[in-house]
Amino acid sequence: MAKLRIRKSNHAMNRSLGGDIGINLVLLVMGAFMFLPMLYTVMQSLKPLDELWQYPPRFFVRNPTLGNFSTLLNLMGSSWVPFSRYIFNTAFVSIIGTVGNVFLSSMAAYSISKMKFPGKKMLFKFVVWSLMFHTTVTAITNFWTMSKIGFVDTYLARIVPACATSMGLYLMKQFMDSSVPNSVLESARLDGASEIRVFWQIAMPMVKPAWLTLVVFCFKDLWNAGSSIYIYSEQYKSFNYAIQQIVTGGISRQGAGAASTVIMMLVPILVFVITQSNIIETMSTSGMKD
Amino acid sequence: MSQKTETAKKPVSRKDMTKWQWTLKEMSNNKTGYFLLAPFYIIFFVFTILPVILSIFFSFTDFNLLETPNFIWFDNYIRLFLEDDIFMLAIKNTLVFAAVTGPGSYLISLLMAWFINELPPKIRAVMTLIFYAPSISGNVYMVWTYIFAADSHGFLNGTLMDLGVISTPIAWLKNASYIMPIVIIVALWTSLGTSFLTFIAGFQIVDRSLYEAAAVDGVKNRWQELWFITLPYMRPQMLFGAVMAITGAFGFGGVITNLVGFPSPDYCAHTIMHHLDDYGSSRFEMGYASTIAVVLFFMMIGSNMLVRKMLGKVGK
Repeated sequence: MAKLRIRKSNHAMNRSLGGDIGINLVLLVMGAFMFLPMLYTVMQSLKPLDELWQYPPRFFVRNPTLGNFSTLLNLMGSSWVPFSRYIFNTAFVSIIGTVGNVFLSSMAAYSISKMKFPGKKMLFKFVVWSLMFHTTVTAITNFWTMSKIGFVDTYLARIVPACATSMGLYLMKQFMDSSVPNSVLESARLDGASEIRVFWQIAMPMVKPAWLTLVVFCFKDLWNAGSSIYIYSEQYKSFNYAIQQIVTGGISRQGAGAASTVIMMLVPILVFVITQSNIIETMSTSGMKD
Repeated sequence: MSQKTETAKKPVSRKDMTKWQWTLKEMSNNKTGYFLLAPFYIIFFVFTILPVILSIFFSFTDFNLLETPNFIWFDNYIRLFLEDDIFMLAIKNTLVFAAVTGPGSYLISLLMAWFINELPPKIRAVMTLIFYAPSISGNVYMVWTYIFAADSHGFLNGTLMDLGVISTPIAWLKNASYIMPIVIIVALWTSLGTSFLTFIAGFQIVDRSLYEAAAVDGVKNRWQELWFITLPYMRPQMLFGAVMAITGAFGFGGVITNLVGFPSPDYCAHTIMHHLDDYGSSRFEMGYASTIAVVLFFMMIGSNMLVRKMLGKVGK
């Protein structure tokens, strides 16, 4: 079972003082490089117009205002399709896609990890192999497939492919391999529980960290999705796409643009903060054998 | 493949049935197993495996989505490699970009995860969030367009002018000689994602008693500890991280487009991903786009194979 080790003391062997200082210095510099642009986004979103166009530019805001956020709300009110529709689209696709992916991936992962039947190794190899290429390779051809089965310009174009990600199956399977003891499943089977019941009532509660991880990974992808080549109609487009459209409308909208970015980034960050320890536990089992 | 698993599991060779019959019997005994994985694999095959096969097929045709495709065999490949100058530029850019961002993001992820692991648990969680946040925050990388904005109100220009380093603002994202370094910096900034988390987790599961044993055996400093104990111990995580880093390095097309527009000035940041998008979704030359996809596909698989070989040398 993958258990995280919490180190008891920070002082360990083989640690020189110079090395400690060097490491902390590098962390400080890199941390600043990672963090300051994020902070700058928040600062920009809080700046009133005159501070946004100030010369020389300042990093920190002097008179913070929520004006940019209300400008953003006003801009939303003047969009083609009622703005709530875009929010609904993103929420709907994110939730259904995430739930679908967690269900389908864990079903398949359980089957491959805990049951024995011909062909399962090969099926898993396909998934590992597909981790090696990015979806840009498949996007164009999928457009053809989707037009043949009538998915183009529907919610299905976004939801269905998101329901079976190779990452989802891979993480679930690796975690089940190391965290669900076969003996527990075996005794449940001997008690006469059906395979579906063993999966749902015994295995699934034991892999909670893995499906929480999958929820985060899947949700952040769907939440952040912008324009899609499979969607033409305005009423199916995503929140991220719409917000991009209105904030790129003019230079005076820079503040509103920053405000929209802040709104977009808050949700995935919040979800990650809540689930962090579960995610780290899952990733510790994600290793790949040569 | 099914025959291989079958012989492995078969306890004694049986006379009453052939391998094939045995396989069929095993299959029908395990209907639930197939039932559980069917929904996933049907979607997976249609949207992930089928497109690869279709791309290879289409790459030998002149398919344009409207007319029935004709077989033109290697004409697309010949056109791509011999006549398409922009594609050659795209290959060069992709290789430069991927060769920097792939290993770059991998090494930064590994080093930072290692350093973060030396911190006390509470600070570790905060630092993990700081490093991971840019990769999950959607289009937050657009903040770099405020930093590199072309007029004096842009943060970098304004600051440099104020300090007297430059006298007129520089159009950072319009100037071909600055674009590539800038998109690489931004790509690295957003690239501490899945592989970074994998390393963070990997460092935490290394068996602590190994370090004590190693200290007795004469491991003197943390670098030796890293090279001889930690990294070999977490080789599976390193391999997974490498796959993620490579896949990521080939997937930054969208970031580049959002930063410098499409097409980029003088095609200086034009990658194979852009070329593919251009022919696939704007010009609808499916056959030609598929050819590009096939080339990109083999580049990704090829670099993965190469990296697997290299990782085999860790700790030796």
